[in-house]
Amino acid sequence: METLEQIKARIEAALPSAKIDIVANECPAGERSLLVDAANGFLIAKFLRDDAQLKLDYCSNVTGVDWPDKELTEKTRVKQVVDGVEKEVEEVNKTIRPGYLEVVYHLYSMALKHGPVVLRLRTENRADQTHLPSLTPLWRGAEFQEREVYDLYGVIFDGHPDLRRILMWDEFVGFPMRRDYIAPDDFEYEPTPHDEVLVEAKKHYPVEPKAEVKV
Amino acid sequence: MSAIAAIPPKSYEVKPKLDESGTPIGELLEISMGPHHPSTHGVFRMDVVLDGETVVKLKPVFGYLHRNHEKIGENISYLASMPYTDRLDYFCSMTNNWAYALTVEKLAGLAVPERAEYIRVIMAELTRLQNHTCLIGFFVQDMGALGTPMMYAFREREKILDLFESVSGARMMCNYMRFGGVRVDVNDEWIAQTKTVVSNYSKFLDEFGTFLTENEIVLARSQFVGVLPKELAINASITGPMLRAAGVNYDLRKVDKYGIYSRFNFQVPVGEHGDIYDRYMVRVLEMRESIKILEQALRDIPAGPVMDPKSKLRGFRPKPGEVYGRVEGPKGELGFYLISDGSPNPYRYRVRPPSFVNLTILEDMCLGHRISDAVVILGSVDIVLGEVDR
Amino acid sequence: MLGEQIIKGMAVTARNFFGSYVSKERLTTVQYPEEHLAQKENTRQFPFLVYDGDDWEKGLRCVACQICEKECPPKCIYIVKSKDKKPDYKGQPQIYPLTFDIDISVCMSCQICVEVCPFESIKMDTKFELSTDDRFGGLLLTKDKLAKSNTYYQKMHPQDAAESDAVIAGEKAKAEAKAKAAAEAKLKADAEAKAKAAAAAATVPIAAPAPTPPPPPAK
Repeated sequence: METLEQIKARIEAALPSAKIDIVANECPAGERSLLVDAANGFLIAKFLRDDAQLKLDYCSNVTGVDWPDKELTEKTRVKQVVDGVEKEVEEVNKTIRPGYLEVVYHLYSMALKHGPVVLRLRTENRADQTHLPSLTPLWRGAEFQEREVYDLYGVIFDGHPDLRRILMWDEFVGFPMRRDYIAPDDFEYEPTPHDEVLVEAKKHYPVEPKAEVKV
Repeated sequence: MSAIAAIPPKSYEVKPKLDESGTPIGELLEISMGPHHPSTHGVFRMDVVLDGETVVKLKPVFGYLHRNHEKIGENISYLASMPYTDRLDYFCSMTNNWAYALTVEKLAGLAVPERAEYIRVIMAELTRLQNHTCLIGFFVQDMGALGTPMMYAFREREKILDLFESVSGARMMCNYMRFGGVRVDVNDEWIAQTKTVVSNYSKFLDEFGTFLTENEIVLARSQFVGVLPKELAINASITGPMLRAAGVNYDLRKVDKYGIYSRFNFQVPVGEHGDIYDRYMVRVLEMRESIKILEQALRDIPAGPVMDPKSKLRGFRPKPGEVYGRVEGPKGELGFYLISDGSPNPYRYRVRPPSFVNLTILEDMCLGHRISDAVVILGSVDIVLGEVDR
Repeated sequence: MLGEQIIKGMAVTARNFFGSYVSKERLTTVQYPEEHLAQKENTRQFPFLVYDGDDWEKGLRCVACQICEKECPPKCIYIVKSKDKKPDYKGQPQIYPLTFDIDISVCMSCQICVEVCPFESIKMDTKFELSTDDRFGGLLLTKDKLAKSNTYYQKMHPQDAAESDAVIAGEKAKAEAKAKAAAEAKLKADAEAKAKAAAAAATVPIAAPAPTPPPPPAK
């Protein structure tokens, strides 16, 4: 199979407006991935599927990943004049990298038996701009998996034929796989006397349950 | 190959048949099959709309067994996820273990000793045998042959589960593989026992074959029912015996050659029509191939250690990175996608469950068939709800 | 001929039916609970704590290091460390678990606690008939219910018990050798100090410096 650089060059030749980055991966069997912009995501995916050299006709895996806002600290040494004396002072710059939701597609070719090409799409943010193009019209296999990503992460796939919750019930509020999701604490009391869950659950009981921690 | 046209899912709007004057004949009947229906292989529901006895719409509904397996995996260490993988597809805990161990090994760069590789192949192929045997039992049960054939299948399965128990300590929740090897070594006595079980297995398959393969009722119920065209199968990411029954030669044991599968001489059975009968036949033939692999593996298994000395149980922290690993499970491609951020817990732990994705085309296969056929078609997809719902 | 295969199938059923009276291959079930199948060597059900000797409180191997609590996937172990120390099997003062609870209604018998335990103190039991009418308390096993003697373990898993006994014996021997060496070193140091003191006393009878304290015994 071609290298990612070659694929990138060919996509850019075919779709001049496409913005593509190659995301590095440090792990030993590192599969690097193509980060594509959401606006051209559908066309790029279509190119990858229909291209005669790639023929990525099989979309194996669709994964949602949540990247919350992250505080990046950068230390720089700055020369400052304090009381008439020049001193080197360490300055800490804190920048907040805005969070986003990411959807990762693992594409293989059944016809040519190669792969994977890893495709990543990112949303604008985690709150209101969580739209991404759906790739279900290209690969039916993404239908349930995109529904799952919608259900658990809240990514809205434009163009998905049947975007409903799939694992959680329809009336459920919230997206449980997000990193900042707080699980409900209305558990039934169980005598597993150790978990934070239990501390929370106990608040719901007016009378302390009988079996108590024996210290 | 020409570009596949996008195959849209069937639409929602359904109308009953009309007579010549345009008035509907009868009414549509909407029923909810499941989640406690005996034919649904677990807590699975099909919202079916029937016109007479014909299925005009079918929506699978699941999530009754949802426990957010992936979230659990993100909150516990890498090792602690291993017993949870047993509970995904509780028929095939060994292949689940292998898929997860393989992925983490790829992530951390661990090597697996020779003997452990052989043990893994033996375990995986035994798992395939028992999974397919059970499935055929269920399949006949779905057609209405209550009890007897399934009991024969379960009897044979029990012999394999006994082997699992004597090695790993548990019949189904084996929790046997570790990153960089397997937990305990097998002894010669166990290998001898396995050889007996394997050599007797073809006898059982012959008997089961005379029982079912040419049985007129089986043929009538399964041939040209639930046909899955090749293009749709590829486009809908169908994997495993279902894909091969549709005529696509795609087996990860041959394509990825993970583990040591390149050393074994075996063939990949491929179907022709993509109907239920082909799925049944592909599974039977796959079992024959599994027996071949098992015979070779049991013959060639070398002595040696079963764990990579570099791997450690406590304080396992792989370097940051991400990896996708997949194996050919008995139900299809079982993949794990892990993102590590250098901490003891994975940042993202994703399971790509084969039977979940294989359900995508359930409606396409069932439309136009009778409701009783829908039951058999669902059976031939081979789902396990522990894996579908996670 | 139509129906030929069905008749063949019937023949298979008949063969299995009559075969089940004579062949163990065709009838593998037993009449539980009257009959029990022999358990496999590696069978695991729920964890228990091993103790040496006769007194379970004294002989408990667990040192409350809490590794199993941390690694347990469903988090069913609860440990409270003791404030004081008492001698362990090596004779060294060690903290011990004040509370050690396992909730077996949560436990999933995965054996990870056994694998991660560095002190050979938690092992898997093979008892499985544990039904109780007390849903909460009856399934919460406390320290006294969990403690089982090493002889019980040896009887249940002879092979594994022998291995863990060998590990323990090795540790013990190491500790003893260390203690012995430390004691010898102490004796030697004492003797040296005495000799020095004596020598000092001999040369300078008045205002002898305090003898250097012996080095603290090695741990």
